[in-house]
Amino acid sequence: MDMLRLGLLALLGHWRRHRLQLFAILTGLWLATTLWTGVQALNGQARADYARAQALLAGSAQAQLAPRRGERFDQAIYLQLRRAGWPVSPLLEGRLYFAGAEPLSVRLLGIEPLTLPAGSALAGQPVAAFDLRAFLGPPGQAWIAPDTLQRLGLRAGEAALTRDGQRLPPLQVHAQLAPGVIVLDIGYAQTLLQAPGQLSRLLLPADFAARAPALPAGLAPLLQLQPPSAGDDLQRLTDSFHLNLTALGWLAFVVGLFIAHAAIGLALEQRRGLLRTLRACGVSLRGLMVALTVELGLFALIGGLAGVVCGYLLASLLLADVAASLRGLYGAEVSGQLSLAPSGWLLGLAIGLGGALIAGAGSLWRAARLPLLALAQPQAWRLAQSRWLRRQGLLAAALLLLAALCWRFGASLFAALAMLAALLLAAALMLPVLLDGALARLVGYCRGALSEWFVADSRQQLPALSLALMALLLALAASVGVGSMTEGFRRTFVGWLDQRLAADLYLMPRDTAQGLAIAASLEGRAGVEAVLPSWRVELRLQGWPVQLQGVVDQPLQRRYWPLLEQRADAWAQLAAGQGAMLSEQLARRLKVGLGDRVSLPADDGEQGLTVVGVYADYGNPRGHVLAGADWLRQHWRAARLTNIALRLVEGQVQPLSEQLEQRYGAQGLRLTEQATLKRWSTEVFERTFAATAALNALTLAVAGVALFISLLTLGHSRLGQLAPLWALGVGRVKLAWLSLGQTLLLAGLTVTLAMPLGVLLAWCLVAVVNVQAFGWRLPLHVFPGQLLQLGLLGLLTSLLAAAGPLWQLARRQPAELLRQFADER
Amino acid sequence: MLIVDNVCKSFATAQGRLAVLRGVDLQLPAGESLALMGESGSGKSTLLHLIAGLETVDSGRILVDDVPLQGRREAELARWRREGIGLVFQQYNLIGSLDVAANLAFQARLAGRHDPAWVDYLAARLELAPLLARYPEQLSGGQQQRVAIGRALAPRPPLLLADEPTGNLDEAGGERVLDLLLELVGEAGSSLLMVTHSARLAARLARTLYLRQGRVQAVEA
Repeated sequence: MDMLRLGLLALLGHWRRHRLQLFAILTGLWLATTLWTGVQALNGQARADYARAQALLAGSAQAQLAPRRGERFDQAIYLQLRRAGWPVSPLLEGRLYFAGAEPLSVRLLGIEPLTLPAGSALAGQPVAAFDLRAFLGPPGQAWIAPDTLQRLGLRAGEAALTRDGQRLPPLQVHAQLAPGVIVLDIGYAQTLLQAPGQLSRLLLPADFAARAPALPAGLAPLLQLQPPSAGDDLQRLTDSFHLNLTALGWLAFVVGLFIAHAAIGLALEQRRGLLRTLRACGVSLRGLMVALTVELGLFALIGGLAGVVCGYLLASLLLADVAASLRGLYGAEVSGQLSLAPSGWLLGLAIGLGGALIAGAGSLWRAARLPLLALAQPQAWRLAQSRWLRRQGLLAAALLLLAALCWRFGASLFAALAMLAALLLAAALMLPVLLDGALARLVGYCRGALSEWFVADSRQQLPALSLALMALLLALAASVGVGSMTEGFRRTFVGWLDQRLAADLYLMPRDTAQGLAIAASLEGRAGVEAVLPSWRVELRLQGWPVQLQGVVDQPLQRRYWPLLEQRADAWAQLAAGQGAMLSEQLARRLKVGLGDRVSLPADDGEQGLTVVGVYADYGNPRGHVLAGADWLRQHWRAARLTNIALRLVEGQVQPLSEQLEQRYGAQGLRLTEQATLKRWSTEVFERTFAATAALNALTLAVAGVALFISLLTLGHSRLGQLAPLWALGVGRVKLAWLSLGQTLLLAGLTVTLAMPLGVLLAWCLVAVVNVQAFGWRLPLHVFPGQLLQLGLLGLLTSLLAAAGPLWQLARRQPAELLRQFADER
Repeated sequence: MLIVDNVCKSFATAQGRLAVLRGVDLQLPAGESLALMGESGSGKSTLLHLIAGLETVDSGRILVDDVPLQGRREAELARWRREGIGLVFQQYNLIGSLDVAANLAFQARLAGRHDPAWVDYLAARLELAPLLARYPEQLSGGQQQRVAIGRALAPRPPLLLADEPTGNLDEAGGERVLDLLLELVGEAGSSLLMVTHSARLAARLARTLYLRQGRVQAVEA
């Protein structure tokens, strides 16, 4: 025990004299754990909220009766079923709007607790434990999650007011309730949603539904029994989003580990003598290894703890953007508040420990193999470097091969991300090989003694700087790749949105009957150029949720619905009920193209249509099929008229909106102007990439820190190499400039290599990862201005990283340089 | 002609200022050689560093051909080191990133006085011709010291300053290196000021100056 203690004390003494190295190791582990934990916390919070949403009504009603037509039906049907002995429980849902600077809405869920199936639980609370008197009121209760309460700016116990001035029962906070939901008694819900005597669904115990009872006569045309759903749609739809975020988290983690690895390696080199002395004094190899491992564990604990704390802080900063993205893209309600799970803390610490072990494994292995007697000469760096470069080159080639195999044979998002990881790692490993080759060629062109030294010395610095340069390469390439992809997507998306949102006003009627009445009243009306109603049915194709939309054949529809590919008579076939058009992601998922047949599960059996067109449908995680409206209504009696697009004569938007709002606003009609819809869509887009951009910028900053720390730790050992030049007549300031030039040369070459790598990465993202993750392929856009900007940013990062160490060098007193001659060996 | 006139130098320490040189005088005419001897801490290396312009004097003067070193800016001192002197250190201080050929020619090229024929001659005399493509780390101590001597003599400096150039070598190796050094200094036409602990080696030079506690104790011819 004493041996371990003494060995550890001797080892730890090193850090008193090399505080910067200690700082570098802790910073590396801290940053790596911070970024990884941050991303995991974001993903974890989102998944926990999906689970809360799924568990809203748990333990019962996995099956339900839903209306075949429209969104709601008369509650007389419910009474009829109860009388017939069906254990149904009524449910009404809708959106409730609150006043605010931004439109605030929640999902209102009205339940009837007395009839809920036995064993049911609402937000984790068994129905049997309900305080029915308090829940049913008066004044009743409106259950709300704490995060939703905060989002609405309300307080517990308060009776909130809706946008149209209606008062809710007092709010009661339930921590396990899903975010974005308010639950209350169905009677209050009918009043608040202005749906007296109306219901949305009837819940059924799963075991009763499993017996597949026949509906009483007369109800079969009105209701349909929906079997229990897997309930994991949200999880499946958002998987790609979370996987992409996870990949970015891992990239940042690796970049952070580079810093720790570089500092631990340098510390080992400087402690070679100490390790030999300890061994010579009788410390066993095993004891030494235990001491080194304990030391590494201490670093992991400190860096990991700091990383987990900062990771949660980072996640809480990014959560609002991520939540907005998930809400906008997938309709998923994610809390704006982060909850801290103990397992998350432990996992963060474990990953910190794992990271420290990965970063220090090489050094531990070398320490274990350190010969007891020092060699007469210092390690021959040139020989070691060439061996090291050869090995790295071979490993990089193997990884490139792996990337090519993943691209050629992989057919999943995992394979696409593996390809990306292999490619990035190969590029990072190849970087020192390429830099060494470039410098070896460059030295041949040097004519002056100093220029020759300049290049040769840069080459000698490569082993010490290569990890930081790799980090810079990865961070820059990721910035270029993600930046090109985002900007390219933005342009494609905006162009597509301009075409797709060609109508001036969009109406969302409360139900089909209202929609039909409005459409009929607008047809042929002065100032209305075109009325484009569309019907919708929700389907499942190969287990995937799909929206089937029926549209009328109008010249406007033909002109403005952008198609990626189509048959010559596509619209005519669609109108004739012979053809269908598919969204790109659905066509890929079903592996069908133009001319292929798709089969859709209709009320009257499977209905086949020929694929006559494929269109982009960015941002929609579900599949989408376009068919003729008449054909759709013929085969799906439950099809709902969900949307009416209006093309209006200029200047008619405002007056018509006001008229419609006045006439139908109180009856549940919602109107959206084109400009508003575009603004919302663009905002969702911007927020979707806000978290990505922030993580990207952080990764670049981590690379800058890596370079700074490497240069700083290198700074002291560089004195021994620079002092002879000073003695031979090269001034200190000139030496500092030369050193700056060397850093910029290496950084410049790295930046130059990062640009094509970034473009390649962008191609991988738009042509491989996006296709696997979202189902759509984007055209590859290269933006020279963006490349130049990022290139300059990379150089500026290097310049800033080099500035501190060089400032110190330029200010070195001659005595410090002279000491190099006395201190050598 | 090098003249050191009443030079004093002290350093700040935790215990106060430590006087290392307390009024040292010496003269070294062109083409002559002088050995500097003394106990450790007597100020030999400090005197060498002052003459090389690596340090500045507290008081007194150092004149090179009647021109004082004091008052020169750093760039001028760097030029003095490049063109006026050759320096040989005990620890060789070769440039690890350059091969032997580049190391040999380095200072001559810096000074703009590169004479390839002279460098080839030096390489041959110093028995370095087969080692030109090697790097310092691949050489023995004696070989490295011969490269350091070659590098210092390549620009044919008027004055060669050597700080225990054979201190790291065994006796026979030291003798051989000194033989070569003296021969080549003669051929280059340089003056030589050499710090040494060895009376036997010092005896090979024209004069010997003994330093004791920062003062000149004796000069022997």
